[in-house]
Order: sequence, then C-alpha cells, then structure tokens
Amino acid sequence: MELIPGISTEHYIFLSVVLFCIGAFGVMYRKNAIIVFMCIELMLNAVNLLLVAFSRQWNGADAQVFVFFVMAVAAAEVAVGLAILMMIYRNTGTTDINVFSKLKG
Amino acid sequence: MSALMVVFSKNPVYSVLFLILTFFSIAGHYFLLNAQFLGMVHIIVYAGAIMVLFLYVIMMLNLNKEDEPGTTNISKFAATISGGILMLVLVAATHSAAGIESPVADTSQIGSIENLGKVLFNENGFLLPFEISSVLFLASMVGAVFLSKKEL
Repeated sequence: MELIPGISTEHYIFLSVVLFCIGAFGVMYRKNAIIVFMCIELMLNAVNLLLVAFSRQWNGADAQVFVFFVMAVAAAEVAVGLAILMMIYRNTGTTDINVFSKLKG
Repeated sequence: MSALMVVFSKNPVYSVLFLILTFFSIAGHYFLLNAQFLGMVHIIVYAGAIMVLFLYVIMMLNLNKEDEPGTTNISKFAATISGGILMLVLVAATHSAAGIESPVADTSQIGSIENLGKVLFNENGFLLPFEISSVLFLASMVGAVFLSKKEL
C-alpha cells in the first residue's frame, strides 16, 4: 500500500479546535439535554481526530490505541447518560436542563 | 459544516442526522490519516450504535418540536462570546504546534490491525486498561439496566 501524503497536521489541529469549540458552544447554548449529550460526543470526536492526526505525524501507533480507549469510554458514558436522562424524563416530564437549578428542597 | 447544524437545528431528529453526517466525515478523515482500523471501528461504534441509541431515546420521548422559552438572550450572548473566545485562544495557542516530522519514512503501516494489536498487547501500559475497560463496560451495562427499571 503506497503512502498517502494527505493534509498537513496544522490543518487537522485547526479542524479539531473548531469542532471542539462548536461542541462547547453547543453545550452552553442548547437547553435540551439530548442535544447537550450530542455536543459532548462531538467534543470527544474532535479530540479523537487530533490524536489520530498526531499519530500519523509522529509515526507511532500509541495514539491510535488511546483513541480506541477514548471511544470505548465514550460509548459506555453515552449508555449510562441516556439511562439517567430517561429517568429524569420519567420523573419530571421534560428534557429541559434548567429544571435542575431548582433541585434544592 | 454539519457540526454547526447539530447545534442550531430546531428538531432534535435533525440534530442526530447531522451528527451522523459529522461522524461519517470524521471517519473519512481517519481513513486519510492512515488509521483504517480506527475508521471502521468509528463507523461501527459511533454511527452504528451510539446514534441508534440517541434515536431510540428521541423517538421514545417523542421530541418533535423544540421550544426554548427559558434560554434568555443574555445566556445566548454569553455562550456565543465565551465560545468565540475559547476558539480564538485555542487557535492562537496551537498555531504553530505541528512541529517535527517523524524520522521514519514508512508511515503506511501504522494503522493496520496487526500493528495496533502489537502495540496494544506489547507496550508498557496498554494491556491493563484494555482489561479494565471490560469491567467498565460491565459497570455501565449494569447501571443502564438498573436505571431503567420501572419499580426498583
């Protein structure tokens, strides 16, 4: 298999930073808890992309193994987070995250 | 890009579909970056399992419309300003961070399954997290099943 020259690493850094900031902005901006979860997944994916770009640059497979673990942790976290969200919906009837500012009492 | 549409679309089902589009494009970038195994795993795990979970939850909760009576203008403005400043700071900090090229010439076999397997099972620190992650999955499965029972 021949070598694919590809895009330079600086462009990948920029792309990953932009994706991360879009995810962070989405977490702060949206009120629906499911969309907040999806923006958290977007942030995790931005970090994965950055790790794989650097593994291509430094020619080591360690970063790809780390991406593997980050993906596994993200999958486990989505399962538990969605289960929590379903319980919240069952108890309060809404998926608004501003409900939790009234948790006291 | 499709990531912006994830944040800004009104219907949550549209957000999930745009997120699937984002995941496929990130998987395409993985293939370009010589991480073939990770690209396939990415498609299978994210676009195949996690997005299906999200769609199940959205369909079960029956969220068709998205009305936002509680997001004040001040918080929207604050979110935009802080997101913009975060992006400026990160871009400025990583501006010339892509430094040295690797000394080894052959970079085409990094992402192959054989090489990843060797790194996963031979290196110093990666075998223990691999086994511990199975315990993690067990814990998350037990937690997810336990949290969704109607009567405890």
